[in-house]
Amino acid sequence: MLDLTSVSKTFFPGTVNERRALTDVSLSLAPAEFTTVIGSNGAGKSTLLNLVAGSLTPDSGSIVIDGSVVTRLPDHRRAAYIGRVFQDPMAGTAPTMTIEENLAIALSRGRSRGLRLGVTRSKREFFQAELASLELGLEDRLKTVVGLLSGGQRQALSLLMATFSEPRILLLDEHTAALDPSRAELVTRLTADAVERHHLTTLMVTHNMEQALRLGTRLIMMHEGRIVVDVAGEQKQRATVADLLGAFEKVKGAGFDDRTLLQ
Amino acid sequence: MTGAVELGLIYAVMALGVYLTFRILDFPDLTVDGSFTAGGATAAILIVNGVNPFAATAAGAAAGLVAGTITGLLHTKGGINPLLAGILTQIGLYSINLRIMDGANVPLLRQETLITPLRDAEVLGTWVSILIFAALALVIKVVMDWFLNTDLGLAIQATGDNPAMIRSFGVNTHRTKILGLALSNGLVALCGALIAQYQGFADISMGIGLIIAGLASVILGQAIIPPRIIVVATAAVIAGSVLYRVAIQIALEVGLDPNDMKLVSAVLVVLALVLPKWSVLRRVPSIRSIRRSAAVEPTAGDR
Ligand SMILES: Nc1ncnc2c1ncn2[C@@H]1O[C@H](COP(=O)(O)OP(=O)(O)OP(=O)(O)O)[C@@H](O)[C@H]1O
Ligand SMILES: [Mg+2]
Repeated sequence: MLDLTSVSKTFFPGTVNERRALTDVSLSLAPAEFTTVIGSNGAGKSTLLNLVAGSLTPDSGSIVIDGSVVTRLPDHRRAAYIGRVFQDPMAGTAPTMTIEENLAIALSRGRSRGLRLGVTRSKREFFQAELASLELGLEDRLKTVVGLLSGGQRQALSLLMATFSEPRILLLDEHTAALDPSRAELVTRLTADAVERHHLTTLMVTHNMEQALRLGTRLIMMHEGRIVVDVAGEQKQRATVADLLGAFEKVKGAGFDDRTLLQ
Repeated sequence: MTGAVELGLIYAVMALGVYLTFRILDFPDLTVDGSFTAGGATAAILIVNGVNPFAATAAGAAAGLVAGTITGLLHTKGGINPLLAGILTQIGLYSINLRIMDGANVPLLRQETLITPLRDAEVLGTWVSILIFAALALVIKVVMDWFLNTDLGLAIQATGDNPAMIRSFGVNTHRTKILGLALSNGLVALCGALIAQYQGFADISMGIGLIIAGLASVILGQAIIPPRIIVVATAAVIAGSVLYRVAIQIALEVGLDPNDMKLVSAVLVVLALVLPKWSVLRRVPSIRSIRRSAAVEPTAGDR
């Protein structure tokens, strides 16, 4: 579904501020594979997601989504394939617009937008049903301006907007990090539900190792712009937080030229 | 005073255009001064040359569409800052407007214009003409309300609200910005074409400082009618435009020098912008302040 081949990205190349964010990263995700991504600050996790989404273009390498090469396509031309939720609850919604208007925008993902009314009665019914699944009471607040919602409510709405139009790929960048524990738990549960329901190929960045182990079918750890751990299936099921910490220490000690795999 | 109300209703067309860029697109567009004159100049010169006044007025509006498109291209494809992009088009238009008119002004005396029937029927300055101009402003308002609620209109609204978000849903924000700027300046130029016919001439300086009048109308309107939804906001803009003209009229009748009006307008806008920030006067948070506080995840530049 998603294939990255030898992707590299350097910010401000050739200047004193040069930052190698990704070095020769290759990653292949099968359809409906749910991959969690962990790694220290600055490891390149967000850069990886930005490259997939098209917010950034790689210096070299190629990105293929569902058989089409998208390496140089700008973000808005990949949008039909990709749903996204950011860490900042403000980032995924239009704050001065209403819940139903935001949902209408999301529902037309990747399609050309013409002069048809954005919010129709039939769409409204659909929105209400979808919002009810969030169990936040938002189904009765379709005309509420999104800027008035709490962070957790906005993040749940962002998640719904990212997933209900059924993209191929879902990109989640620490999307529960800004929420209090109970809200984070709710959004995590909604995430697992949505991924399952729509069979989304998912990349989820998190700093919570326990969460990274519990969710998904595959786990990768990044360090200094490389994927240093990649486990899936039973191996992932058996792994513990201690294993991950151990692997991380080993990678750090070995320097970033060594590609160590978790055994 | 009815004259001021009339003027306010005609200028409301311009104010609606300014609302589209400043409030909806969050783009402080200074093209306005130039596109207003371009609309007036184009319509006037065509009327003088015997073109049907309806067609001439439409051509005036089209001139504004082009001007707005140019500002949009300068900003999106040229990567030029919004204020500067608008100023560049505005300055360029100064020369172009002189070319269009082949001079600094075009008198429309004894020409058949859209206003002639009203003048002949002697309804100008009466409730009849106020109703007619109100109907015009209302029609434009309703069309704008409808447009902003279409799929495309929602995309334009979101472009001003959270560009990264709307791009992530597949909208080319270059296009929505250019479209918004074109439509806005089309309205402004349409207003210029109407004003030229109303006052009986087009003049190279007719648009100077107009952006302040537009802003003042938008701000005044929103001060008296806090906008929650588009339908209310556009009504507020029309009310603001009328209020602004009436305020100017009162100032003149009190004996202020007409030459001081630009300063009065500028001070009015400054007050309207600054007063709400003083805590004593701070009211319930407006939609605008919610938008301001809404930080948006930085992305790799605006495309
Ligand atoms: N837009 C940018 N401009 C310049 N440098 C950047 C940019 N984005 C990321 N970087 C740099 O690239 C490297 C990788 O950053 P990235 O944001 O991908 O890390 P991350 O793994 O997401 O970290 P975190 O856990 O802190 O979110 C860092 O050194 C960062 O400073
Ligand atoms: Mg990050």
